[in-house]
Amino acid sequence: MTTTTSTTAARPGGAGPRRPEAAPPRRDRRRWTGWGFVLPFLAVFLVVLVAPVLYSVYLSVFEERLIGGNAFVGLDNYARALGDPQFWDSLRRVALFLVVQVPIMLVIALAAALALDSARLRASSLFRISIFLPYAVPAVVAALMWGFIYGKRFGLVGNADQAFGLDLPDPLSQSWVLLAIGNIVTWEFVGYNMLIFYAALRVISPDLYEAAELDGAGQFRIIKDIKLPAIRGALVIAGIFSVIGSFQLFNEPNILQTLAPNAINSYFTPNMYAYNLSFAGQQYNYSAAIAILMGLVTMIVAYVVQLSGNRKDK
Amino acid sequence: MSTLTGSPVATPDDATPSRRRAPKDPARRRTAGAPREKRSTLLTVVMAVLLIYSVLPLFWLLINSTKTQEALFDSFGLWFSGDFVLFDNIAQVFTYGDGEFVRWFGNTVLYVVVGAGGATLLATLAGYGLAKFDFPGKKAVFAVVLGAVAIPGTALAVPTFLMFSQLGLTNTPWAIILPSLISPFGLYLIWTYAIDSVPNEILEAARMDGSSELRTFFTISLRLLSPGLITVLLFTMVATWNNYFLPLIMLSDSTWYPLTVGLNQWNAQSTTVGGEPIYNLVITGSFLTIIPIVVAFLFLQKYWQSGLTAGGVKA
Amino acid sequence: MNRSLPRAAKRAAAFGVGLVLVGSLAACSSGSSGGAGADSASADEIEAALQEDSTITVWAWAPAVEPIAEAFQEKYPNVTVDVQNVGTGADQYTKLQNAIKAGKGAPDVAQIEYFAIPQFTLGESLADLGGFGYDELEDDFTPSTWNAVTQDDGVYALPQDSGPMAMFYRQDVFDKYGLDVPTTWDEYTAAAETMHSADPNQFITSDTGDAGFTTSMIWQAGGHPYEVDGENVTIDLQDEGAQRWTSTWNTLVENGSLAQTPGWTDEWFRGLGDGSIATLLTGAWMPGNLTAQAAAGSGQWRVAPMPQYEEGDTATAENGGSSVAVMQQSENKLVAAAFTKFATAEEEGRQISFDAGGFPSTTADLEDEEFLAEAPEYFGGQKINEVLADAATNVVPDWQYLPFQVYANSIYSDSAASAYTNGTSLDPVLEAWGEASAAYGEQQGFTVEVK
Repeated sequence: MTTTTSTTAARPGGAGPRRPEAAPPRRDRRRWTGWGFVLPFLAVFLVVLVAPVLYSVYLSVFEERLIGGNAFVGLDNYARALGDPQFWDSLRRVALFLVVQVPIMLVIALAAALALDSARLRASSLFRISIFLPYAVPAVVAALMWGFIYGKRFGLVGNADQAFGLDLPDPLSQSWVLLAIGNIVTWEFVGYNMLIFYAALRVISPDLYEAAELDGAGQFRIIKDIKLPAIRGALVIAGIFSVIGSFQLFNEPNILQTLAPNAINSYFTPNMYAYNLSFAGQQYNYSAAIAILMGLVTMIVAYVVQLSGNRKDK
Repeated sequence: MSTLTGSPVATPDDATPSRRRAPKDPARRRTAGAPREKRSTLLTVVMAVLLIYSVLPLFWLLINSTKTQEALFDSFGLWFSGDFVLFDNIAQVFTYGDGEFVRWFGNTVLYVVVGAGGATLLATLAGYGLAKFDFPGKKAVFAVVLGAVAIPGTALAVPTFLMFSQLGLTNTPWAIILPSLISPFGLYLIWTYAIDSVPNEILEAARMDGSSELRTFFTISLRLLSPGLITVLLFTMVATWNNYFLPLIMLSDSTWYPLTVGLNQWNAQSTTVGGEPIYNLVITGSFLTIIPIVVAFLFLQKYWQSGLTAGGVKA
Repeated sequence: MNRSLPRAAKRAAAFGVGLVLVGSLAACSSGSSGGAGADSASADEIEAALQEDSTITVWAWAPAVEPIAEAFQEKYPNVTVDVQNVGTGADQYTKLQNAIKAGKGAPDVAQIEYFAIPQFTLGESLADLGGFGYDELEDDFTPSTWNAVTQDDGVYALPQDSGPMAMFYRQDVFDKYGLDVPTTWDEYTAAAETMHSADPNQFITSDTGDAGFTTSMIWQAGGHPYEVDGENVTIDLQDEGAQRWTSTWNTLVENGSLAQTPGWTDEWFRGLGDGSIATLLTGAWMPGNLTAQAAAGSGQWRVAPMPQYEEGDTATAENGGSSVAVMQQSENKLVAAAFTKFATAEEEGRQISFDAGGFPSTTADLEDEEFLAEAPEYFGGQKINEVLADAATNVVPDWQYLPFQVYANSIYSDSAASAYTNGTSLDPVLEAWGEASAAYGEQQGFTVEVK
């Protein structure tokens, strides 16, 4: 996203606060008009996201039991979550995942974007579309494909073992499964992030490159001093999306669970834990508390990423 | 819902004073690096590795679409088996279960057209409003949108279900379309794009002429916003096309299933007592599912690329 | 001031909307809704109802249900039956639970596996079919399946198929290693050792830790881990039966003689097809699946009774199998009940079930000459139904499932994973599982005793 590199109009006041303004009535009317444009989105947003979130908060302070019905329990569910070893286990796991997978994926995406931008590639549009393609694949399809690829006896891993006489580790075993999932997530989103960076790179003014040429700067210096700083905003955004995605990790482990039931347990990620509590256990209240907690953690980390990303700008 | 529908956090006021200006003339924009840099074979090879990595599972899908149910179990996964039955498989996919695949395909198209189309419209209106109008509570709007997205969607599924159930919306297309109308990433994209691509001078001129804001939006601004709009359209199309989790929960009538849920049901047949396994149809069906998205991307590629370069191209 | 008003108004409005929504949801979601429709009727009243125009919805995943619905509609042209496949097993139960909690949206009739019935009867979500006179159908069905659908004095479902366990085995593999077909568990474990040491890719069977399998094996060993008396639940996964099982099974787990291929996957079917998985200890409904998906093994598979702990015993257990139930939410219980009976207890419906691969739960069919004389090619011409029907009469009686078995099963792997992965004893696994299940039960308000 090139947004944070865009021109001067981007300020809290939004469009044109500095121009000599018309009489207040017109400004007021325009203020209402601003709301008018935003309202359709907000109205649906309220129904579709805000209401369920509020309802979740409400659920999280109650407890409904198969025997005994519904009762108000205040912050008990939260206390229970904070003392729940399974919750912490899942949280640690996604934190580990985040810290390892996200940088790797973003670095690959960045490298690919730089390569595309460098005009030193042949057939660059072919690369662009095909590296993006995995993002378009629905989860149910990805499950089939990766199930085959990771199969140790009849799948690709197994075939490689036989063909090359190796004994590759079982990607669906307890020790390797997180890596296997990291691989799938990277595969899915490298193209998506690559495009975000590529687009940001495309906006860089050629004047800067001309200046660098005159200075006799080499490729790496150009990358370091011009390109990277120019897309810092995009890097931050991609980082934040990835943080949110990592903390919400659910689809990929869920898909692999039938293939690796002993490597992926019901509390593998916080989102899976919340899901199983809710759907298999009908513990909607506790599930809601876990979800709210995870939402808070995600927001905090995302904010930290944004702050640190933008601090370097200043 | 764990795909990154994305929500921007860096509000535009975080932008640094820019050292960059939009190029004066798009034609003058050159690619980076020395203009006549020779093509690097090494780089191409490295990228080719990335390409193979990306495409390999899809290659598997294509190859296995050509096999019969039995051959799937007997043959090597990455190459063809004896019989090439791709067209048979495709025909079967369309006719199995009284043509339920076609129905599901139609459903998915409906959800995408209304859902993604609606999402794009809402995001564009809202993004434009945020970009071009000054009103209190703007930052709050943004923070609230982000906050709601940070909460894991799977945990919101049951509350949403209960709510929709009360409203009588479960098991109807609305249960799928309504949630897909919200694209926070789209909102952010249009917001920042609009700031640069719709010059305030034009808006002022239109106002002087007496045009209402809405009219100005539809006649002037929309055209200026079109690259960004197409981008949001594309991303929301992929998201709604691949929407799986919420439809799974909301629908209990298979006539309204989208393709993702339908294929999953076909897949589950092989694990039921007395079920007829149709892996070959699942794989071929999956392959067919991906094609429309690819086509859409190829077709809209040029808009999409320029759409992401906010501020790069002025209409 | 104009400036602050919109913001405050917006916030208030949002909050207000939220409150209203939340409030209405709270009111509506607490407690289960009572269903409309009479709870009892005579046979005449049911017949009369069938002559009127009506529609019922059926949620089922078994392939037999669609043809059964068609036959039913032919017999009663004024009735429309809408069959929906909303997911297999636990997926469907989730949807049922959601609909029950929401108070609406549940079907009239649902397919429910035996282990999940107590959960739904507890929530009073199933209609008591005794009100329609169906308690008289007791003698039509095998004792074990009837036991599974009744609770206290109520009949909450009718058995559709059954799954008495037997040992499916590869004749060619046993011949290859010169082994007799095992009749006791000692022989079984010995055979496991022999074949696995001869060929590390040869396994006696595959097991990665499956709750349904575990409970059935404990059942066969004479265990009775779950005792349910209303709100009081006792969990004893360390009882005599359980220990009997673990002492045998631990040998296999610890020696690595069990293939670690998750069931019902592509790899598993291939293993069954090529013989690397030599036996299958599962319910009598398996032949259809084997024939369809492990075609490579055709002609090589046979069926024998389950191995025993003591020479000469004949005990077995049920593994899987579903029933058909009428949901309490149904507004058309008479027609729904009639459909249920048609599908399970009437000749026409039953025949369709068996043609589709289900294994009968009705005594008449199990004793039927033609049925017993079937000699499928896949099993080398063996009269498999003789063995399987015999197994149906040898099921250890009085088994009980937990009122929250669906959840308990879903967390079994959490406890079992490390034992299977590392090849260690299953006793701590069962203990941990028992405690986790008990913890859940307590949270749900039951009084649980763990032994």
